[in-house]
Amino acid sequence: MSKPKNKIIELKNVSMSFKDSDTPVLNNISLDIYDKEFITLLGPSGCGKTTTLRIIGGFATPDKGDLLFNGKRINDLPPYKRQVNTVFQKYALFPHLNVYDNVAFGLRIAKVPEKEVKQRVEAMLDVVDLHGFDKRSINALSGGQQQRVAIARALVNNPKVLLLDEPLGALDLKLRKEMQIELKKIQQRLSITFIYVTHDQEEALTMSDTVVVMNKGEIQQIGTPQDIYNEPKNAFVANFIGESNILPGIMHKDYLVEFAGNNFDCVDKGFEEMEPVDVVIRPEDITLVPASDEVLNGVVETVTFKGVHYEIVVNAYSDYWIIHSTKSANVGDVVGISFTPEDIHVMKKSEMPKITRYTIPSNEEEGDDE
Amino acid sequence: MNNKSRWAAGPYLLWMIVFVIVPLVLIGVFAFTTDVPYDQNGKALTAEEANFLILAKGDDAVSYRSRFSLENIFEVSRYLPVLFNSAWLALIATAICLVIGYPLAYFMSRFRASSQRLVQMLIMLPMWMNFLLRTYAWMTLLEKNGWINRALSLVGLGPFEMINTQGAVVLGMVYNYLPFMILPLYSVMTKIENHTIEAAQDLGAGSVRVFTKVVIPLSMPGIASGITMVFVPAVSTFIISRMLGGGANMLIGDLIDLQFLGNSYNPNLGAAISLVLMVFILLCMSITNQLDNGDEEMEGKML
Repeated sequence: MSKPKNKIIELKNVSMSFKDSDTPVLNNISLDIYDKEFITLLGPSGCGKTTTLRIIGGFATPDKGDLLFNGKRINDLPPYKRQVNTVFQKYALFPHLNVYDNVAFGLRIAKVPEKEVKQRVEAMLDVVDLHGFDKRSINALSGGQQQRVAIARALVNNPKVLLLDEPLGALDLKLRKEMQIELKKIQQRLSITFIYVTHDQEEALTMSDTVVVMNKGEIQQIGTPQDIYNEPKNAFVANFIGESNILPGIMHKDYLVEFAGNNFDCVDKGFEEMEPVDVVIRPEDITLVPASDEVLNGVVETVTFKGVHYEIVVNAYSDYWIIHSTKSANVGDVVGISFTPEDIHVMKKSEMPKITRYTIPSNEEEGDDE
Repeated sequence: MNNKSRWAAGPYLLWMIVFVIVPLVLIGVFAFTTDVPYDQNGKALTAEEANFLILAKGDDAVSYRSRFSLENIFEVSRYLPVLFNSAWLALIATAICLVIGYPLAYFMSRFRASSQRLVQMLIMLPMWMNFLLRTYAWMTLLEKNGWINRALSLVGLGPFEMINTQGAVVLGMVYNYLPFMILPLYSVMTKIENHTIEAAQDLGAGSVRVFTKVVIPLSMPGIASGITMVFVPAVSTFIISRMLGGGANMLIGDLIDLQFLGNSYNPNLGAAISLVLMVFILLCMSITNQLDNGDEEMEGKML
């Protein structure tokens, strides 16, 4: 895997609002994107992820803040002069051109000799597994094939950065999974930066080197998929990335938190004494044990079979706990809820925490520079 | 489709047979026949003999019968210059409509929805005014003592000879048929998605090449139908040329009009001219249709 090193794109305090509304789409976003990394902007619809991508692509201009490409400010550079290419949400292929001419479009605009165009288009059609589709009409292709054409059409221009706006949104589940793996492979083979926009958390975790979780025009957390999943910075991230039990609590002192009517040891520190907090515990981190005084006790409310595991809802002192377990339980059973101090994630309440970029390990020397 | 619902097409089918097919056949019959005079014994007469007989014995002495003849079709060739003049003026008017209408349709399709409706209505508005009235209005503007010349004389210019010129006829055609160019173009262009244009920009195309490589090819069907919808009525118009062109700029439409309602009453010749005009228009339309699917064929050739 390539190790990202140099900043290729930087957003500095970017804000933007649409003409006819006062609420900002983006509120003071700062984001560094490194060369050759697969970075995903993740969030619910309306969180500003697509707008961020459009700003990078040149289709939207920020009201405030700067966009830097290799250290140079490119706020006012029109899209056709930028070294990025985009795979659009609905592919946006040219319906009047066939597969070959769609892919060749950018090269012909760049006045590449027709012989080289042919070479590069054929090579790129091989990469996306569309060999022999040259003369097909766009309308005769399936969604998955159109999507590959869109990727080939963008990649054939050797962009420094590829922008992808929910490119798998229109595909069915099976095809989507296949394309996720394929996209990741393509990114690694060509070793260029992918900026990927999605609302699908699983997709984000599967493919990315870095995930940027966004909500309401603000960045909630930036980190590796593991960071984001295991150490969510706040309740929103915890809730958006997979199911979670989120409970109100009070931080008594370092390593001691009170919630659900009990005091628990935890691994978190650095809070004010008696500060109200949110406590997050992942459903799969909880073990069901026989009821006892050592643990929280509750009554099983529902049991749902989910394939890999059972989803069990336990009512403990009118808190509902979601628990994922490979073992089933009977509705009405009195059970004990067990978790370790490491499973407890304490996070600040109302105010969103300051976002800092995780540091990137740079063990590798120069090697990848172009 | 079940058998019962098929009957729903009946009324229009009947309409089509009675008012489209039958008249077409009649025009064909008229075009290929001439009335020949006969005396009471059934002997065919020359025109002179017939005239003589009528003078001598009255109208009843001569009866007319239709006979197959290519005479009318051949006679049309005498009027070919008129046909070409009509086609030429209609062509100029169509070209002007395209040049004016295309950019307007494009920018209109990129407006906000509310502005789109407003502009669309402004374009249609003159069409709701009576056609004759609109053309009369141009007469009063273009006349020797008309509004334009009067305005020009205030600044010491003119008067200019504007009415009864070919230019006036073309102007009338452009004014009356421009909406028929804009509307099909507009409806095709609203279907061009913003994403498609952004994709072209993303791939390095500046505004000129976005236009030539994406917008124009994608609007080809609109161009083809706009050209057809302007050229066809323009080439066969007779009101515009009569009112704005004076007697000197007779068009093929005026010629047909004369054969049926004018002094040179000859419905057979009129039908023949109509038939030739129809064939001519069909030829023109097949050319514009080539324009429509031309780019698909081009694709094949480029490889």
